[in-house]
This record gives sequence, C-alpha cells and structure tokens, in this order.
Amino acid sequence: MSDAISALSGAHATGYVTVTEAGLRGMITLRGDLGATKLKAAVKKLIGADVPLVRQNTVNADRGVAWMSPDELLLMVPHAEAESCVAALAKALTGTHHLVANVSDARAVFRVEGAAVREVLAKISPADLSPAGFAPGQVCRTRLAQVAGAFWLTDDETAEVVCFRSVAAYVFGLLEHSSRTGSEVEYS
Amino acid sequence: MLLLNCPCCGVDADETELAAGGEAHLKRETVGAEDEAFEAYLFMRDNPRGVHFERWRHAYGCGKWFLAARDTVTLEVFGTYPAQTKKPPKAIENALKKKRPDWKGWA
Amino acid sequence: MGMSTRLATGGRLLNRARAVEFNFNGKRLTGYEGDTLASALLANNQVLVGRSFKYHRPRGIVASGAEEPNALVNLGKGGRFEPNQRATTTELFEGLSATSQNHWPSLEYDVGVLNNYVARLLPAGFYYKTFMAPRAAWKHVFEPIIRQSAGLGKAPKDRDADRYEHFHAHVDILIVGGGIAGLQAARTAAASGARVLLVEQTANWGGRAPADGSVVDGIAAEEWITKAVEDLEKMDNVHLRTRCMGAGVYDHGYALAYERVADHLPANGQPRHRLWRIRARQIVTATGAIERPLSFAGNDIPGVMLASAVRDYVANFGVSPGDRTVVVTNNDDAYRTAIALKEAGLDVPAILDARPEATGPLARRARDLGIRVEPGKGIAKVIGGKRVTSVKICAQSGEGAALEEIPCEAVAMSGGWSPVVHLWSHCGGKLTWDETNAHFRPDPDRAPTNQDGEGFVKTAGAASGEVSTANCLKDADAAGRAAAKAAGFKPEPGDAATAEAEEVQPMLPVWVMPQGAGIAKRMKMWLDYQNDVKVSDVQLAAREGFESVEHAKRYTTLGMATDQGKLSNINGLAVLSQSLNSEIPKVGTTTFRPPYTPISMGSIGGEARGELFQPVRQTPIHDWHQANGAYFEPVGHWRRPYCYRRDGESTEQAVQREVKNTRQALGLLDASTLGKIIVRGPDAGRFLDMLYTNMMSNLAVGKCRYGLMCSENGFLIDDGVVARLDDDTWLCHTTTGGADRIHGWMEDWLQCEWWDWQVYTANVTEQFAQIAVVGPNARKLLEKLGGMDVSKEALPFMQWADGTIGGFSTRVFRISFSGELSYEIAVPAGQGRAFWDALVAGGEEFGLMAYGTECLHILRAEKGFIMIGDETDGTIIPQDLGLDWAISKKKDDYLGKRAQARSHMTDPNRWKLVGLETLDGAVIPDGAYAVGEGRNANGQRNTIGRITSSYYSPTLDRGIAMGLVDHGPNRMGEVIEFPTLGAGSQPIRARIVDPVFYDKAGEKQNV
Repeated sequence: MSDAISALSGAHATGYVTVTEAGLRGMITLRGDLGATKLKAAVKKLIGADVPLVRQNTVNADRGVAWMSPDELLLMVPHAEAESCVAALAKALTGTHHLVANVSDARAVFRVEGAAVREVLAKISPADLSPAGFAPGQVCRTRLAQVAGAFWLTDDETAEVVCFRSVAAYVFGLLEHSSRTGSEVEYS
Repeated sequence: MLLLNCPCCGVDADETELAAGGEAHLKRETVGAEDEAFEAYLFMRDNPRGVHFERWRHAYGCGKWFLAARDTVTLEVFGTYPAQTKKPPKAIENALKKKRPDWKGWA
Repeated sequence: MGMSTRLATGGRLLNRARAVEFNFNGKRLTGYEGDTLASALLANNQVLVGRSFKYHRPRGIVASGAEEPNALVNLGKGGRFEPNQRATTTELFEGLSATSQNHWPSLEYDVGVLNNYVARLLPAGFYYKTFMAPRAAWKHVFEPIIRQSAGLGKAPKDRDADRYEHFHAHVDILIVGGGIAGLQAARTAAASGARVLLVEQTANWGGRAPADGSVVDGIAAEEWITKAVEDLEKMDNVHLRTRCMGAGVYDHGYALAYERVADHLPANGQPRHRLWRIRARQIVTATGAIERPLSFAGNDIPGVMLASAVRDYVANFGVSPGDRTVVVTNNDDAYRTAIALKEAGLDVPAILDARPEATGPLARRARDLGIRVEPGKGIAKVIGGKRVTSVKICAQSGEGAALEEIPCEAVAMSGGWSPVVHLWSHCGGKLTWDETNAHFRPDPDRAPTNQDGEGFVKTAGAASGEVSTANCLKDADAAGRAAAKAAGFKPEPGDAATAEAEEVQPMLPVWVMPQGAGIAKRMKMWLDYQNDVKVSDVQLAAREGFESVEHAKRYTTLGMATDQGKLSNINGLAVLSQSLNSEIPKVGTTTFRPPYTPISMGSIGGEARGELFQPVRQTPIHDWHQANGAYFEPVGHWRRPYCYRRDGESTEQAVQREVKNTRQALGLLDASTLGKIIVRGPDAGRFLDMLYTNMMSNLAVGKCRYGLMCSENGFLIDDGVVARLDDDTWLCHTTTGGADRIHGWMEDWLQCEWWDWQVYTANVTEQFAQIAVVGPNARKLLEKLGGMDVSKEALPFMQWADGTIGGFSTRVFRISFSGELSYEIAVPAGQGRAFWDALVAGGEEFGLMAYGTECLHILRAEKGFIMIGDETDGTIIPQDLGLDWAISKKKDDYLGKRAQARSHMTDPNRWKLVGLETLDGAVIPDGAYAVGEGRNANGQRNTIGRITSSYYSPTLDRGIAMGLVDHGPNRMGEVIEFPTLGAGSQPIRARIVDPVFYDKAGEKQNV
C-alpha cells in the first residue's frame, strides 16, 4: 500500500502570518450520547481526555477531542492509527447506539501562525474572534468565506483550520490572500 | 441581517451561517389523509404580519435545526428553541404574551 | 483677475513642505500633501470641473465633502480607472490623474450644452413623455443620442488591478463619525469599559469644529481633538479608524463600514478597500450635518458654493475661492464664512441675509469687521457663464426686481443645516420635523429596534439636530452614556467636554429666493445639480399629480444618482409641499437606503475574485485529469472531466473514443464525487424505508440495491445504490450534486420529525476516492493487480466486499451504470491518486483509457438508465419513468407516497418515459418537443412529448434519445415528429421504442 498524501502536500505561504498545510491527521467522527458512561470512558481511553463541554476542544499531545454538536465529537489521533482507533471505539461502544467513522482523508488541516492570527481568520469568518468571544480551548464551527470549516486556537498565536479536502485549495487561497503582507488591519 | 441564538450550541449565529426552513410546527400528513388536509400540509403556509414560528438550521455551525419565534415586521426575536417539540415551549409563549399582548396565542 | 488661488498662509491640513504633482484633463498641476483633489483644483483656479447630466451646463465645486454633487471625475488609468469619483473626497497623491465627465468634445467647449438652450423642451418626466411614440423612434433616434450624451462618467474597460477584502468585527459600540461629537461619545462610552470602534470617513479627526473656530474645554477645538484622539488611542478597548465610512446600518446591530485603505497610496501592496462587516450591540451615529443650498436663479454657476465649503477651503486648505465673495444666507452660521474670509485678507462685498433683521452676535462681529450686511435681501440672479462675475440683489419678499449688481468671483450660500440622518434611517429609525431649524432630525423615541425589540442606534451632536458646539458635546456625552448602558455597561459619572453657550438668532426657512420669483427665475433655480432638477421641475411634477415624494423623485430624478440628494432632498420636498399646499412633515422624505455614499463593487466582492471567486471542489485525482487533457465541466462546485482530449481530437471525437473503448476494452472513471452517506442505528432500516420508495430494511448484509428518493410532493429528487454494511449500518450513494442536499434532508427528518428514532448519519463523501473500473477487461485488470477474489462467484453483481487490490485496502462494489462488467472501488482519499496510477499502469495492456462524464452519460443512455436532472426536473414522479418496479407495494408509507396518490399524479395522461430512435439516425436536439394533432387555446400546436436525453451513440452509430411521451409506453413503434428551428427545416421523425437500446437482457454487466 502506498503512503497516503494530504490534499496540498504541505503547501506553505508566508505573509504577516504563516499558513501551512499541516499534513494528514487522523480524524474520527463519533456520534452518540455524549453523557453516556461507556462513551465517556471510550473517549478517555483513546484520547486521554474527558468529553469536552459545549464548543470546547481538548488537545493532548498528538491527540485531541473537539465538541462538534450535542451528539457529535471529533476525535484526533495520529493518521496511521485512525483505522485501529475506529475499530477500538466500535468495540468499546458495542451495544450502544452510536456511529463511528474515519474521516481523516475527508479533511485538510492548516496551521496559521502569527500574532495577527485572529485578525486573519476574521477576514473570512463572521464569528466573534475577539479574545472575549473566542479563546484557546474552544472550537469554532463556522463559514470560511463560501465554505464550511472549523478552527481552534492552540495558543494565542496559533490556529488550526479544518475544511473539507475538496476545497483545500480554496481555503488555502483564502488564508494566503488574507495574510498577504500589506493587508494588516492592525485591529486588536 | 439576522442574528439568531442557536439553542443547540449556544452561538449567536450570523444569518449567513444559517439556512431558513420555513414555517415550524407543521403536522405531517400522509397515507390516509384526506386530499384537503394533505394539500394544506404540502402547500398552505401562514404568512403573518407579526408573530411567526420558523425553522432554521445552523448550517455552517453545529448543523442542528432549531426553531425561532420572531416578529416578521420588526424582526424582534422572542426566543429560539430546539426542534424536538410539537409546539412552542411555555417560556416562549409567556415571553410572547408579555411582549405582544394582542397575540392570538398558540393555536 | 479674481482667480481662486492658494493663500500665502493658512491651511491647517496642508503640509506645504511637500508639493504634489497631479494631472487634470492633461494639464500638469501642483498641490500639497493634505489637499483633496477639489482643494488642489481650486488652488489652481480650476473652478469649472464638469458638465451637468442633462443640459451639460458648466459645473463647479459646490461642497467640500461627501455631499458634493458636481465635482465627479474619472480617476486613474487602465486597471485603476474609476468614474464618478468625488474630487472633494479624493485625497491628492503624487501622480494622480483625473479627467472631467459629461462633456464632448471638451470641458470648455461642449456640444451637449445645446440641450441647455432647449431646456424648456426637456422638463420633468421628459423621458416618459418624449419617448412614448413613435415606437421606432426610440431605437433609431432617442436611444443612440441618449447613449452618446448621457450618463455619469465612463465604464472602466480594464480588469481591476487592485485587491479587496472583508473584515468582521464584533464590538459593543460602533460610533460613526470622528468629529467632536463622535470623539466625545467615544470617550464617554469607552470609559464604561465597552469595546468601542470609532470610524471616520475622512483622513482627519475633528470634523467641522476646527474650521468653524469652535472652542472646547476652553481651548481651540483642534488642540482638544488632538488630545482626545491621543487619550482614546491609549485605551485597549477602543479602536480608531480614519478613511473608514459608516456605509449602512442593518438589522440586529449589523453595520457596514467602507475603509479606503489605499486610494491615496495606489499600488503599494495594500488592499485598495476593506469592507468592515460589523456586529455592534449599539451604534452611535455622529455623522454631523450638511448645509443646504439656497434656490436662486443661477445658483449652479461655477463659483457658487456652500458657505461652509468656502470656510473649509480657506481654513483647511488655504484656498481662496476668489478675491470677492458675496455671502447669502438665512441663518447665523454663514457669517462665520464671511468673517473667515475677511480675516484671511479677502473681500466680502456684502452679506445678503434673507431675514428681515440681522441682530445676532455673529452679525455684530461681521459689521464690526466692516462687512456690509443687508438684511431682508437675497439674490435676484447670478451673472456669469463658466464663472460667477456678479450678482444682482433684490428684496427677499418681492418678485426679484434687481436693486443693485455686485461684482464678485464667488457666492457663499447657506440655506440652513440638515442633520445626516441616513444611518439612523437605514434600519427604520423615524424622523421628526424641527420647526426651529427647518430640518428633519431623528426622533429618539422611534429608534430602529434590534432582536430584543430595543432601540440600538443613538445619535450624537449635529446628527441629532443640535446646532451649537455646547449642545453637540452635551448630546454626544448623553449618547455615549446611553449606548454604554444599553450595551450592558455602567457609564462612569463623566467629565464630558463643554463649550460656552452661544446666543443665536433663529434661522428663517427660505425655499425660493426671492419669495415671489416668477417662472423665468424658477427655471434657473437648481435644486439638484447632479440631475439637473430645478424648482420649476418639481412644481410641474406636483401639478401633474405626482404628490407622493417617492413618485416625484422618480418623475423628476430629484435626489437620484451618486449623491442621492444629499444637498437637494430637503429643498426639493419643501418646494413640493409648497406646491401641494401641504406641510413638509406631511410630505415626508424619500427612503434613505444604504450605502451612505457609493462603495466600490470590489469591496463588496472582497476576496471573491479570480481563483477565489467561488470554491472549486477537486477530487484527489484532479491533478492527473489536468495533466491528461481533461476538459472539465462544473458539476455543482466540483470540476469533473467531461472527456480527455488527445492530440488533435475534438471533444466529440474524444467522447466517442471513450465510449467505444469502454464497451470494447476497459474504461476508468473518477467517481469520487458521488455522495456517500452512512446511516446507522437500530431504526436505520425503518428510516431508509421511509426515505426510499423501495424497501431497504430487508437488504441483506453484503448486498447492494438501487433506490429512489422522492420529496413529500412525490417528485423524484435523487437516486443511487444503497449497500448494507452490517446489521445496523447502511451506506447510501447519492448523485454528485445530491450529497450535501440529501444528507441535510436526512438530518431534517431525523431532527425535526422522527427525533425519537435511533439513527445517526455521517456524510463520508470526501473520505473516499471512488474509481469505476468498467468494461470487458475490468476483472482482468483487478486480477492482475492481485489481492481479493473478484470472480463472479466470490463477488457477484450487486454485491460488495472489503479486501485488498494491488496492496490497497479497498471496498469494492459490483455495480454498473454502464451496463458493462463494472467494479466501483473505494479507497481512502489520501491514496486515491496512487490507486488510480496503479490502475492506469496495470491497465495499459488491457487497453485502459480514462473516460469522462459525457461518456458516462452516453453509456447510461444506451442502457436506458435515467439521470437525475435530465429525466427529472422537479415535476417528475418515478411512475412517469417506468420505475414502478422500484416502488415498494408492501410499505405503508414512504416520503412522497401520499402525494403520488393525488389525482394529478395518477392521471393516465401523464407523459411517460420511452426511447426514441430517429428514422434517419440523426440526433434530436435535447429538450425538443413532439407535436400532435390540433392546436391549443392559444393557437399553438399541441405537444405530445419532450426529449429528456439525446446523444449520438457510438455503439449503435445513430442518434438515440429518451423522452416523455403522452401514453408513450402504449405507442411502441409509432413515429412522432419533432419540429426543429430555422427556416425551411424539416421536423425530425422518430420511432417510439424501448428505452433500453443496448444489451436489453443485461448480460454484459452480470458476468
């Protein structure tokens, strides 16, 4: 079997923030009763973190879990482990109503780094990205210009932006355009 | 440009992140329904000037449908609530009665 | 003599150390850094700046800001050319190039001015009156002439060289306008801790106060402004923005602001404009006021300006409008202009004050400076052509008999002030008529309301209708306080700035000067300079019954075009109300609509141009397609190869080659775009039985079944193959365009109707690259690559299996949309390209060729398979298409079942699907109608059928078609006619046949 490739093979742009396609990441959609003991235990075992509260996001080294909706989580694991994690989850949740799906290859992930990261995202998303409205540890599902996407801050100057794989080039283009030197808004 | 609070994820969502779904609380008619009742289910919609109950989907956000009680003239929002209900919750009804004393009430 | 020129001193906004060269109508001119194009033109004695829209009369600069109606220029060149740019709001920059508009052949000598001499033939509504008849005259006479001579500016020809962007900001309080009121409101609001965004449309803070010589907190306004800005800049919760115009206020606290980032620094790498999309809890409009012109004969002659503008040019830009300026007014404020001119060493031959007496402190000061003040007087007529040379004065109360002629180069007029209420009004804020100041001002009790039903806009300063500095500051402080409170903050007990109270003599409304002016004069009194609307036009409209102000606007064009009547509205409706013998508040205003001044199309589009115009979805194999001659077609937002053209091939030849090769050897299709939705749960089978017309709950694990989905109207909305993955789990394939729509459809029913059913769905369309390996050699290729058993026995038709092929983990579906032996193979998207490459390399010896969507269409049409969007159009039920076999008779219910029992749906006269074979082998145009006997009630021939799909079939070497025909299935063998367009063209005759043209027994796919 050949090695999997990400949508844009690590595309990179340097403006007043940098934009980098982060490569493949294992992503698993888990739908179920987020309050159920079995589900909570399975998530804890796989990610090493609790099921996050509404719109929260927990990153634990190379793993993470994000709240997507009242009955959906996005679990993040190393790409190579995604299939085995899906199997492990399915096993752990046997007998409960749930859905687990490997969506690793359906996505593209971008890392946006720089002091102005909020400002760059605010050019393409109508969400409130002020520090009062959005902080590290939260996940934002929103519109990125004309497509759906999600992002979170891993720290005050770094965001990870997720979109569907088919529109990776479009979202990379949006981020590149928005972060081009000369486009600084200097809004804080 | 409306701003509606999604009761499923708590976000004050911009209208551009929402998809409108028409009138709320329709009763599905199906096999066995008389022609008239079925026609009403398919085609007949309220278009009031004033208080209205609507379906919205937080399409670019959590993906969930929710319902909103809204004034179609002033665009005042009396409340949003989860879609899993056959009629507006009591709290919405109370808010409405307070703000629109002449509202005819939930049929 | 008497030119307008630069004064030796003054000009608070100028940097005289930096000269700036620019070009106007080919002339090289010089200004200073800090100039606007308008001030620089005036400094160069360029008073004539354009021609009017209708009569092509000479027009000069009237104003100094956004309200300017006349000084519109074509700005820039090539990719930076833009028409209708206001010289008064265009900052001067090195190398600026502008040309004037609305003239031919030149500004000085314009042929169109002939219109001026036939002006009495072009009254209000002349478009509607003149061009009614004869009809041919419009096309051959009027339109060509109007096209040549009308219009504001030229349309750009080149592609816009600049880039644009949007920016979303969320704030507690947005304050629009950076004059002293906006600054004070910001200070007060910010002190409460609220997040404040303060935007100012010009490059400078402070608004009118410095030019007016206001004193704030005991110091000159300019000093106070500098300090206020410094203080605000230090606050973390405040953001200040110049060159950023509040353009519109919308529902629920949404506002647009238009930032002109780089208009004054072209091509410096910045986006030219940035559109701010703001959500604010509260909005304070501190948008100031606009001075009104006076309506006297010849008030449009270059050199006649607003008194405030004259003051601005003197104080801000050190520009003299002429050696001698006559001031004409109905209020105290214009005296400030006279005083400023006098103090700058210029001559003011007279102040004509329409009020019977001039007794205020400003009038006293003017007299003390030796200026002649003439109460009870007005202008009978301005004398001059391309420039004012003198004015004739008269008694305001009379009919205009000239008392005296005063030579002058400029006239400074003031008809009073109107608050800028636009942003207040955009979202429903109401106005009230203020008798004292003769203007409409915002009614604070009827503010625009937000989602909570509460007012969310406050006004501050002159925008509230306040006229004195002291009251403006008080009002601004109150507005800032009220906004902070409404936004949920506690305003501090404040130390708002103050100013000394002023004694003011009340203004006198003057709508026509002189009061008893006859028609000859009224025909020379301009209300709307930009649209050439005069007092006489509005009076005519009233006489002809256009009583509504909105109708009068459209009829006369008053208040239209780029300035939207910023100067003309109040004067126009005052004249209208007088003509109607009504009161101004009863006539009311036209609707104020955003944007406040025109904003660029580029800013509205933002980043969405070129590559980013819209998202283009690409499959994991996109690059291969591109490298191998793919001719793409859009399918939804996807780009799919229509065919792959080889050297020298036409598109048609490529398609035919692909069809033949797939039927005879081996074809490869990128089917990744097909929708793939997982449906799982204890109630999933029951759910799918509701969604599909046929039964899905009894599908065995490992098997596939074709299914149809209908709307509640009964109409077919999607189709696809469903595979059962395990006891609880189904995988539903949808059409390419249907993936998101059908996933949303499923979620709608699960969330809003059957919320107690235990079903989860997940759209995994993009997780997989899906590749169809199609043709007689398909199995040979897979066996060569090696891995799982793909024999007929191990993997029969309409089954699926997981396994490896060529080392790739795959899921293989034995389904066929071509009628050939076919495997649809899914691999994770990240391996899609590698798997495709492996298939291409391995398939060479079997004659493998990739094929595109057109080949796919022909293959399916040869087999009589329907295509959603071709055979369906939103009005077709499965029964129309002979798909009764896919409708379960056993089920009590499914979406669409009840509707399909409605009388119209069961009507035996519904057109039904058949195949059509042309007698001569020709291809029938897609969408063609078949005609039958007789004519309908409209005299048109009756139609009896319609083509839904039509192709040349390379396999059969003839045209084949599918169509819906009246009683079609009962008329097999009959020949029907399809008329074609074009003179003398013969109808195409086609025989009704079975829609399956090829391999009727289905033997080829089932091997």
